[in-house]
Formats: sequence, structure tokens, C-alpha cells
Amino acid sequence: MKADAPLDLDTIRQRLAGTRGRKYWRCLEEVAETPAFEEFLHREFPAGASEWGDEFSRRGFLQLMAASFALAGFSACTKQPLEKIVPYVRQPPELTPGKPLYFATALTLGGFAQGVVATSHEGRPTKIEGNPDHPVSLGATKVFTQAAVLDLYDPDRAQTVLRAGQPSDWNTFVSAMHAILQDQQTKAGTGIRILTGSTTSPTLQSQLNAFLHQYSAAKWHQWEPLSRDNIRDGAWQAFGEIVETQYAFDKADVILALDADFLFTHPSSLRYARNFAQRRRVKDAAGAKMSRLYAVEPTPTITGSMADHRLPVSSAEVEAIARSLAQKLGLEVEAAATPHEEWVAAVARDLQAHPGTGIVIAGETQPAAVHVLAHLINAKLNNSGQTITYTVPAEPVPVNQLTSLQTLIKDLQSGGVDLLIMMEGNPVFDTPADLGFAEAVAKAKTVVRLGFEENETSRYCHWHIPAAHALESWSDVCAFDGTVTLIQPLIEPLFEGKTAHELIDALFQPPGRNSYDIVRAYWQAQKWPNFEKTWRTALNDGVVAGSASPAQQVKLTAKAPSKTAQASGKLEILFRPDPSIWDGRFVNNGWLQELPRPISKLTWDNAALVSPVLAQREKLENGDVVTLKFGGRTLRAPVWIMPGQAENSVTLHLGYGRERTGRVGAGTGFNAYALRTSQALWSGAGLEIKRTGEKYPLVDTQKHHSVEGRDIVRSGTIGEFTANARFLEAHKEPRPERDVTLYHPDEFKYDGYKWGMSIDLNVCIGCNACTIACQAENNIAVVGKTQVANGREMHWIRVDAYFQGSLDNPEVNNQPVPCMHCENAPCELVCPVGATVHDDEGLNVQVYNRCIGTRYCSNNCPYKVRRFNFLEFNAGMTPVQKMVKNPDVTVRSRGVMEKCTYCTQRINAARITAEIANRKIRDGEIITACQAACPVEAIVFGDLNDPESRVVKLKGQPLDYWMLGELNTRPRTSYLAKLRNPNPEMKS
Amino acid sequence: MTDPSDKPLGITPLGYPSRLLAPGESYDSVTDRIASIPLAKHPPRQWYFGFGLGFIFFMLLLWAVTWLFAKGVGIWGINIPVAWGFAIVNFVWWIGIGHAGTFISAILLLLHQRWRTAINRFSEAMTLFAVACAGMFPLLHLGRPWVFWWILPYPDTMGVWPQFRSPLVWDVFAVSTYFTVSLLFWYLGLVPDLASVRDKAVKLWQKRIYGVLALGWRGSAAHWQRQQSAYLLLAGLATPLVLSVHSVVSFDFSVAIVPGWHSTIFPPYFVAGAIYSGFAMVLNIVIPVRKLYKLESLITMRHLNNMANVMLVTGEIVAYGYLIEAFMSWYSGDVFEEYMMKNRAFGPYGWVFWALMILNVIIPQLLWSRKIRMNLLLLFLIALSINLGMWVERFVIVITSLNRDFTPSAWHLYIPTFWDWATLAGSIGLFFTLQFLFMRFLPMISISETREFVAEPKTAEA
Repeated sequence: MKADAPLDLDTIRQRLAGTRGRKYWRCLEEVAETPAFEEFLHREFPAGASEWGDEFSRRGFLQLMAASFALAGFSACTKQPLEKIVPYVRQPPELTPGKPLYFATALTLGGFAQGVVATSHEGRPTKIEGNPDHPVSLGATKVFTQAAVLDLYDPDRAQTVLRAGQPSDWNTFVSAMHAILQDQQTKAGTGIRILTGSTTSPTLQSQLNAFLHQYSAAKWHQWEPLSRDNIRDGAWQAFGEIVETQYAFDKADVILALDADFLFTHPSSLRYARNFAQRRRVKDAAGAKMSRLYAVEPTPTITGSMADHRLPVSSAEVEAIARSLAQKLGLEVEAAATPHEEWVAAVARDLQAHPGTGIVIAGETQPAAVHVLAHLINAKLNNSGQTITYTVPAEPVPVNQLTSLQTLIKDLQSGGVDLLIMMEGNPVFDTPADLGFAEAVAKAKTVVRLGFEENETSRYCHWHIPAAHALESWSDVCAFDGTVTLIQPLIEPLFEGKTAHELIDALFQPPGRNSYDIVRAYWQAQKWPNFEKTWRTALNDGVVAGSASPAQQVKLTAKAPSKTAQASGKLEILFRPDPSIWDGRFVNNGWLQELPRPISKLTWDNAALVSPVLAQREKLENGDVVTLKFGGRTLRAPVWIMPGQAENSVTLHLGYGRERTGRVGAGTGFNAYALRTSQALWSGAGLEIKRTGEKYPLVDTQKHHSVEGRDIVRSGTIGEFTANARFLEAHKEPRPERDVTLYHPDEFKYDGYKWGMSIDLNVCIGCNACTIACQAENNIAVVGKTQVANGREMHWIRVDAYFQGSLDNPEVNNQPVPCMHCENAPCELVCPVGATVHDDEGLNVQVYNRCIGTRYCSNNCPYKVRRFNFLEFNAGMTPVQKMVKNPDVTVRSRGVMEKCTYCTQRINAARITAEIANRKIRDGEIITACQAACPVEAIVFGDLNDPESRVVKLKGQPLDYWMLGELNTRPRTSYLAKLRNPNPEMKS
Repeated sequence: MTDPSDKPLGITPLGYPSRLLAPGESYDSVTDRIASIPLAKHPPRQWYFGFGLGFIFFMLLLWAVTWLFAKGVGIWGINIPVAWGFAIVNFVWWIGIGHAGTFISAILLLLHQRWRTAINRFSEAMTLFAVACAGMFPLLHLGRPWVFWWILPYPDTMGVWPQFRSPLVWDVFAVSTYFTVSLLFWYLGLVPDLASVRDKAVKLWQKRIYGVLALGWRGSAAHWQRQQSAYLLLAGLATPLVLSVHSVVSFDFSVAIVPGWHSTIFPPYFVAGAIYSGFAMVLNIVIPVRKLYKLESLITMRHLNNMANVMLVTGEIVAYGYLIEAFMSWYSGDVFEEYMMKNRAFGPYGWVFWALMILNVIIPQLLWSRKIRMNLLLLFLIALSINLGMWVERFVIVITSLNRDFTPSAWHLYIPTFWDWATLAGSIGLFFTLQFLFMRFLPMISISETREFVAEPKTAEA
């Protein structure tokens, strides 16, 4: 380049002088017309970058490319993806990055509140705990509640407003609604129908009332597939009004459950489980007392597994037993024959011996007559008012939902419905098969559904509005006892989710309020004194103080109910909620799908549960596909032989066999709703069963339910215990001495903290809450059905069910098994790289980074609590799915071993707090995830060096034992043996 | 059916064939016969068939391993509780096979068992290839094979170190030492023969390659003196290794607390089993090869008979091991041990156990009969049965013990997948690929040692 010639200022001056008119110049170089500037003007790129005309261009090109490739190669040297970390511009004052925040709110199941405290990490909810202040949570959670965060981040959620299946938007929807409503206004809304599930939201109720007031001929219907109609009808028949029955299991000495799973399916089950456990827990042998539970049920349930005496009878026979009992207690009822007279007589005597401290509870699956009988018996035994109270129902408008649904279907069939609005629910799938909802709904002119996911019903909807998750919504809801919880959001709706409040509000002119305004406005109208303070307190506590339903004075008006008509037929079909996916709404939730069902330990499918006797008679084996013929409808389903099942009853769990759902739920299970009719909502006789000769692979997580005479589960009776507190230690190997080891017995001193856990088998009900809480807390992967079939499930704490006694009615002993954190840990000795090591607080620590995956530790673990990442189980997660992960816990990759850590992240969080305050960690400050979720407080964690800690006291009890203690593993997790309280009159 | 080529050989008073070398063999004939094989332009047609078959399975191995590295060990049938599957079964099996070579070479050399000469080279090569196959499995078996070197004690800035209480660390040392010593021993014995091949070679490239490999061997007395003393020293070193390797491998099991593993009888019982299967494998290879390469005059019936005898002895030790295991499980009075034995014989894998008894205990009893030992076909089949049986034995030990241990709720079956079988078949393919390459390119019988028989005709007699 010849650009460096000095500027000749004189020439420039002359040139400028010689110009005429306006001539703009940019710089001196231009005016000087230097060759360098000329070149600059004509070149697009700076020198060196565009040497195309050059004779060496090809070579230059190749050089350039080679250099680029080489440099591009360097960029591959880093494995880390580029991520931007953006700090807060204005940091919220309450937020410290890395420290979670907790918000009290509620989740809803079957219309009733589950009070929770949700954990939020930098604005994303990751974990749900129970709310200790909430009357039906008391700090515990159900499995469904734990799994709710996974639903929130489900990539298969409904994400946008759909009009006839095509993406649309909210405003278009609102204007479309107003066009219809304008037309309806002239007819007082005769063509408008609203269908909801059971609802207890005061705000929604007031909105519905206002709407129904404006459109006086519009109608509101309710349908919940797991309806509580029988309970409502029973109360109605007994008292002439609908009341809820509240039970005080903490005051009960003798309990009779008539097909009532009050420990698991009841809306208040967490409270009941806690209360029940209070009366089952024993301390010292002297004066130890336990309540006694009798269970009459056709299919094994959690409640049945806790019973001291369990009587498996068909569902139809339960009424006969209730009648027989009533008669024996001196009530004048029409008797029915039952072969179990002796059993009933013993129960009757026991109940009579405990007047005012007994409970007879009937389940929602039993006909109204059984409920009436239960009310009569409770009144007769003076239990009413003592262990049993009646309250105003939490549901503002309790109706018979089946009748409500039938009316709606009739209206739909007549073609008189112009606008049907459905709030959640899946009636096309879950309404009784004989009612023909699908054909009926097709006749409605406009169908709108607010739904969390697109399901079978969505196909019939002209408008599908994505629903907001409870963790994204403002709302309110009542607990079973009527206590109100304000639902507050932890996160803005991830997609375009709307709440039911917003949907109803949009139907009014002028629309546009959001849920917060709607809910707040409703409560402002309630004239709370000092509204702002009460509102804030209610949000903080998760309950509105003093909002529980008042007790209702009732008068027993019923005479003896007449016998419920029973269809004839040898085999009986039972419909029950699935213990994991409930009525089908959780079918796309991987955590729940993979959760082994209580007792059967089945995962990923439902099955027709048959008794061993029936299986023998029909020559059935697990996984044999049968044709079930009931009421003219047929269903093909695989069978599962269930010890404890009533001889001629076949149980189908509802909710499976979904045709339209997300990736997780697709192709799982069999649709039991296809056989469910309005006549047989819960059970019906006349089932025919026929083997097809085909097989279907059902997978379970426990193949072997016998302890094989090993010291794994210890159980006995309260009588034996009071006679000799250490009766279980007889004929057992004594605990080996501490120094019986090849290695230095005092290698670790444990003079700081010494962590340990006690698990009380006596109160454990086997509800699985611990398993799923652990999964949520510790980022445990879902592996899928085929991997479970291969024995590769990842649960860090599993609930084993061991059977004892006869095949037809075994005692079930549940045992949660986390890592034992052995002091002489067999796993530690065999790891070649020291990836599993002991720490000075006695934790058996797994170092994921160091693990090379020899799996030797798992082989040498006698408890088999170690879990291995056989494949990359966390592959292919969408960014939204990743949000559910707990940032305090490593997400494990392929090829490493993992296991229970005693929630080491929680230990360390407490340690930091304690160290800042310069004190020791207090007892109860560390609550492990499993412990937090447990409804019966069976799991207690703490410091074994603190003589005052709860765990030390529990381990000092005579029932404390080590699982497989003779191996001298010296486990830090120990168990309290299981006791039963059999009636001495009866043979077990 | 007795091999006709043995007819002219002498018979001992007990009726055994006595000669280690057929009469009429001279220095030249021995060298020619052996050295001509690697120098031949074309191997026998059957070689192509054998090599091709091995190579196909070797390719299967590469495929299986590629998929394994891409997906993880989950492609196999392993699970919790059976966290060790075919990989470990195969590892122990191959290591066992790899025992015969060094046993034959080193121990028999020290014991002046001259009959070893014809088969030692062969079995040493077999050892190396078997140990190579074996050594591959522990690495493949790792969840994260790319960090296998963490098991080695290397200076690390973080100060991390292997966990020396773990038998897996001992394994690494035992197996790598064994492999190294076996390799050196084999190569040292090979040097004079490589020189012979070099001298016989006509083509330049053959001269060069064999020349380099012969390390400048000129056959001087000093060379011989040094080679012989080094050879003897290595034999001395290798002898304890034969016993230690499989003892250490058995510690993988006996140090663990799993019922069915935790047993003090394991080291001797494993070593006997290893020699048992090693000799069986030598027989399985030697019988067809001597036919194929017409080496009947070098590998005589005497050799085969002796190997059959060794198998019979070690087989009885192994059978005794089985008996003691069963007895101890009863005698211990321990519920876990008792159940382990019950499960082994009558559990879901019971048929495997009974297959083991038939293959490894009952069938080899036929070797008591001299007639059967003299029958090549039967001997071959019995050796095959032992090889299969020893694999099944490791299956029984590894899998049947793990599938039902302490906690019944965790019991689960192990069902091998296609990839498990592919890796097993592939490793056999690798073994035979290497074996055929060895037979093609190296003198498979020791020329120098065989020539000693020509020089000392008396030692060729029994």
C-alpha cells in the first residue's frame, strides 16, 4: 500500500478553492484524492480481508480455512455449554441467591385442600412439604402432593389456547364467549351449563353464584369420578341433612373400618394417620397400650395392612356384616346372613366394652345403607360426640354428583345446551360407561374446557384453555374440616395457564381481572377486621385462622335402612382409585407411575387383582391377560394375584388406559372406566372372567414377600411385649461386639455429631410418601417400565412389604429401607477408588465424581439400598423439565452409584445456620425429606451423641433392633419392631 | 479311535505311548517342520476358515463394545442386586484359561517335565491371549470406563489414591504382573526360534521383521547361557504368580460378605479350576492343530495323555471344592449360607448348577479310562465340556449368589441380553483371531527345545 504519502495541504487548499457549489468533503484525504483514500472508498473490507483478485488467493483461502478449522477445533476443547449468568438488577430483599424461600399454599385433590409449604429456589418451586399448621396436613404430605412439582414442569401440559385444536389466543376466546353470552342473555342462559369437579373454593363459589344469578336458567353440575355420593347420601338418610363426619382416631380404642381406607384415600387421611399412629406407638412395656383396628375389606388397602384383625370379604358382604354387628349391638335392623358371625360377635363385644371410645367408619365405596348403619352404631355406642363429630360440609353445595351428571347428560342429549364450560376433569374418559357422555357432549354447540393437559375430553372441545398449576395460581380452597387456605403462586404461569377464577370472570362484562384481584376482592368483601394484616397472616400461615367448619348438632332421624339390592353373580368387580395415579389425572407423572403401589409393588400399570383362590380356580398366573365381561361390556386386562384379596372379588384400579395423554402415561395400563357403570360405581356382581392365553408384562419392584426366617422385620403382639419387653430378642443372634472386625474398630471416633435414624415399623402404614419425597428432594431419576422390569429402579428409600401367615389373608409388614449408614460398612471396604467413604459423623458418603462404576459396593451391601445409573437416565430433559431439579443435590450421570445420603444437603444447611450462630445443631433442626413427608412420624433423624435427642430415646427403647444386625454392619438406621394388638378372644 | 500316526511309537509297560518325539526326526526336519509354517506363502486352507470365523466374532465384539461405550453398561442384563454379570464371569473364565500356559511352561520346566516342550509355546501364547481377553472385561464392565486409571496408584495433585483394602485393586496388580511376566517369558523363549525363522527366511521383509524380533540372536554360547538363566529365573518368578493370580481373583469374591462368595476355600479351589480349564483349552486347540499342521510326531499322544491326567487331578480338586462348599453351608448353621446352597441347587438357576455338575464333575470322570484318554474325539469333547463347565461354574458363583442374598425384597433375576452374549462370543472371537495370527506368523512349537530331543534321544523316551 502506498497510503503513507504525506498530505499536501497546499494542493488541498487549491482543490477546495476550485470547487463550485455545495460539495461536501469528509476528510482531508478525500480532498487530497490520495490513492489510499481512493482505495478505501472502493474496498468493502479492510485490507487483507478481501484479497480475491490476488494471484495467491486460492492459497490464501486454504490458509485461512486451515486456520479457521484449527481454531474451531480449539473451541471444542471446552465441554461447558455457554451460559449467561445474569445478576438481579434489583434484588428482591427477601432473596439471597442460593437460599430457598418457602411459601405456604395448598394443592387440591378431589376438591379438598392439602396444605403445603412449597420451596422456591430462585423463583422456581422445586419441593413440596406439608404445612404443620394445616389441620389435615400437620406437616405431612400425600404422594400426590409430593409429585405436584413434576406436573408443574411437565412438557406435555396444555400450553396454549386452542380453538378446534388450532392455536388461538385468550382475547379471541373472550370475544367468542361474549358473542355467545349476548345471545344467552335474552334466554336467561338456558343453554349454559357448567361442569366442575367437587369444589370448596369460596371465591369460585361466589363467582359461580354471581354467574348463576345473572343467567338464572344456567345450570352448574358437579362430577368427581371418585365421588363421595354414598357418604353424602348416608348422612342425608341418617340425619336428614348432609353433614361431614369427623373422626378422632387419637381418642379411639377400638376401630372398625368397613371397607374404609381412612389412612390413605380419605381426604383427611394425613390427619387420621397421624392420630391413629398416636394410639399405636408404644414406649415402655409397662402399661403399654394400643388401639385395636378391625378391617373388613374386599381388597388389600393400607388401612387393612395396619389392622389387627382383617376380614377379607366381598364388597357386597360388608353390608351383611354391618347389619349383623348392628343387630348384635341391640339395634333393630333387618339382619342378613353372614358366615362370619363369630368374628362379628367378637368385634361387637369389643366395641361394647369401649363405649364412647370406638369408631365405626364406612368407606365411600359402600352403599348409603352401610353409612346409615355406621351412624346408628356410633350413636348406639355413644361414640358420637366423643370420637365422632359432625360438621357442616366444606363443599358449599354438596349434591349427589351422579344425579347431577345424569341431568347434564340428559340436557346435552336433548340438544338444548349451547355452551358447556368444563373446569378440569375428564368426563369423556371417567364418567360411567353406560351414560354415554361422549355422544351427548358432541351435541353441545360450544364446549369449553379449562384443562391442565389435553385429554380424551379435549377432543370434544371447541375451546381448550390451558389451566394454571396450583403453584402458578391465586385461589382459595377448604380442607376437609372446612379450614380455608389461600393458594398463592410461586411462579408466573410457565405457559398461558389461566385459573378457573379468570375463566369465570371473563364471562362477565367488563372482564380482565386477574386471579389475585378476584380472590382478594372476595375476601375483602368478607369484612375481616384489619383486612391487610389478616390477609398477610393467612398467606404466611397457609390457613385462615378460625375458618374450620363449626360442629353441627345432628339428630338421628333414620330408622333401620332397608337392604341394598344386590345383583347376583359369583364374581364381583371392584373399582378403586389407583394408589398412585388416583382417578387418572396423574397418569403423565413419572414419579407416581414408577412409585411401587402399596403391597402389590406394581409399577407403571394397573391390573385385575385376583385372589389366590380365584387364580387357582381359573388357572391364572401373574400377567395372564383375561377378558373381563361385566354388564355387557368387555375389557382385556392382565391379572395380578393379590394375597389378601377377597376370594371372588376382582379389583380394577381406575385411571389407566388413557388414550390421549402425554409421553409418560401413553400406553400404560387398562381402562377400568370402560366397565364402570352408574349402577356399579364401586362394585358390582356378575363379572365373568376368561383367560385369553396371552401374556402381558407387568412389572413390580419386589418379587419376594417372605423374610425367609431372617432377622429383617421383627413383629409381635402387645401382649408379648408387656409380658417381656425384650421378647423379640429371644432366639435372635446378639449384636456382635464392636471390635469384631479385621480393621481398626476405633478408626472413627464420632466425637462431633453422630447421625442416626430410627424407623418405627409399628406406625409405618406403607403409604410411600417417603419414597416420593426422597425422589423429589434428591433429583432421583425416573427410569421407565422396561428398566424397572430389569431391576433398575432408583428409589433411595423403598418400602418393602413382607407377608406373614396365610396366603388368603396375610399380615402385611411394611418396612421402609433407606441406606443404613453402617459403621462397619461392607460397601466402603470393597470400593477400589474410595468413592464410598466414611465421614467423621458416621455418614457413609458417596463421592459421585470419584465413582468409576465397578458396582462392587452394591454387591456387598446386604440391604441392597445402592442404586446404579446403568444408563444416562437424565438424558434428553427439556429446559423446563430441568427446573424441577434441586440445586443443592448433584444430578448423577451414567455409570455412577448413588444412594441415600441422609439428606446431607439438609445437614449442611443446618450446619451453616448453626455455625453462623455459633451453636450446635439442635435436635429436630434437620428433618430429612422422608421424615418430613411421613404422615405418622415413623422416621426420626438426629444426633446420637445428644442424649436428649428424640432419636437416642427411640433407639433406647426395648423394641429397637438392627436389620440383619448379626452381620456386624452396625447400622445407624435402626427399626422399632412392629406390634399388633389382637383381640385375645379371636384367633388371628 | 487311536490316532494311526502314533502306531510306530514305543509303548511303556503301563501301556502308554512313551515318546515325545517320533523316531527319525533330525535337527533339520524339526526346524523345517516348525519354521516353515510362518514362512509359508499360504497357510492351509482351514486356517482361513478358522481365522475368518474368529475375525467375524472379533468384529461382533467391536460392535458390542462400541454400543456399550455409547450407551453404558445398562445394555447388559445386570441390575440391582445382580450388579456383576457376564463381564465378571467372562473375566474369571478367561483368567482361568490363561493359567495353563504359565503352569505348563514355568512349573513343568522347574519340575523337569520335558514333555512340556511340544506344547509350551502354544499354551504360553494362549495364556497371553486369554489374559488379554480377560483384562478387557474389568474395563468394559466399569460404569465409567474412561476413568479406569483411577484404580492405579499414580501421583495425583489431589492426593487421591486407590483404596487398598479393595480386592479389585489387588486384582489390577495381580493380573498386570501376570500378563507382563507371561509376555516376557514367552518372548524370551521365542527369541532363538525367531532367529531360526530369520535364518530360514528368503524374502527380505521376512528377514527384516524376524530379524528385528530376534534381537540379534546369533546362537553363541554366551547368548544361550544368558537366555537359559533368564528363562529359568522368569520361570521361578512366574511360578508363584500362577498360584497368586487366581487366588487374588478369588478374593474378589471371598472378601465380600455375599453368601456363596464369602468362603476361605476359594483360593485353592479357584487355582485348581483355573488349571483345569486351562488344560482343557490347550487340548481343545492342540487336538485340531496337530492334525491340521501334521504335527503328530511333535505333539504326541504322550502329551495329550499327560494333559488329560492333569485335568483329572485338578478336576477332582474342583469337585472336592463343590462338595466342601455344600458341606460348609450346612455345617455353618448359618441361615444365609444354607439358603444360598438351597437356592444354588433348587432356585431359579438350579438347572445351571446341575449343568455344572454334569459338565464339570460327572463327564470328566471318563478320563479315568485310558481308552478314553487315548481317543482324540472323546478327549476333545471332554475338554470342551470342562471349558463350558468352568464358564458355568463362574456363572453359578457370580450370578446365583448375587440374585438372592440377604434381603429377600431385593431379590431379582438376571437375564443376559444380546449384548451380553455378543461380548462373550466376541471375546472368544478375539482369542481365536489372535491365536490364528500367532499360528500363522510365529513358530508355534519351540524349535530349540525340540531339537534337544534330537540331540539327547534318551530324553525323548519316557
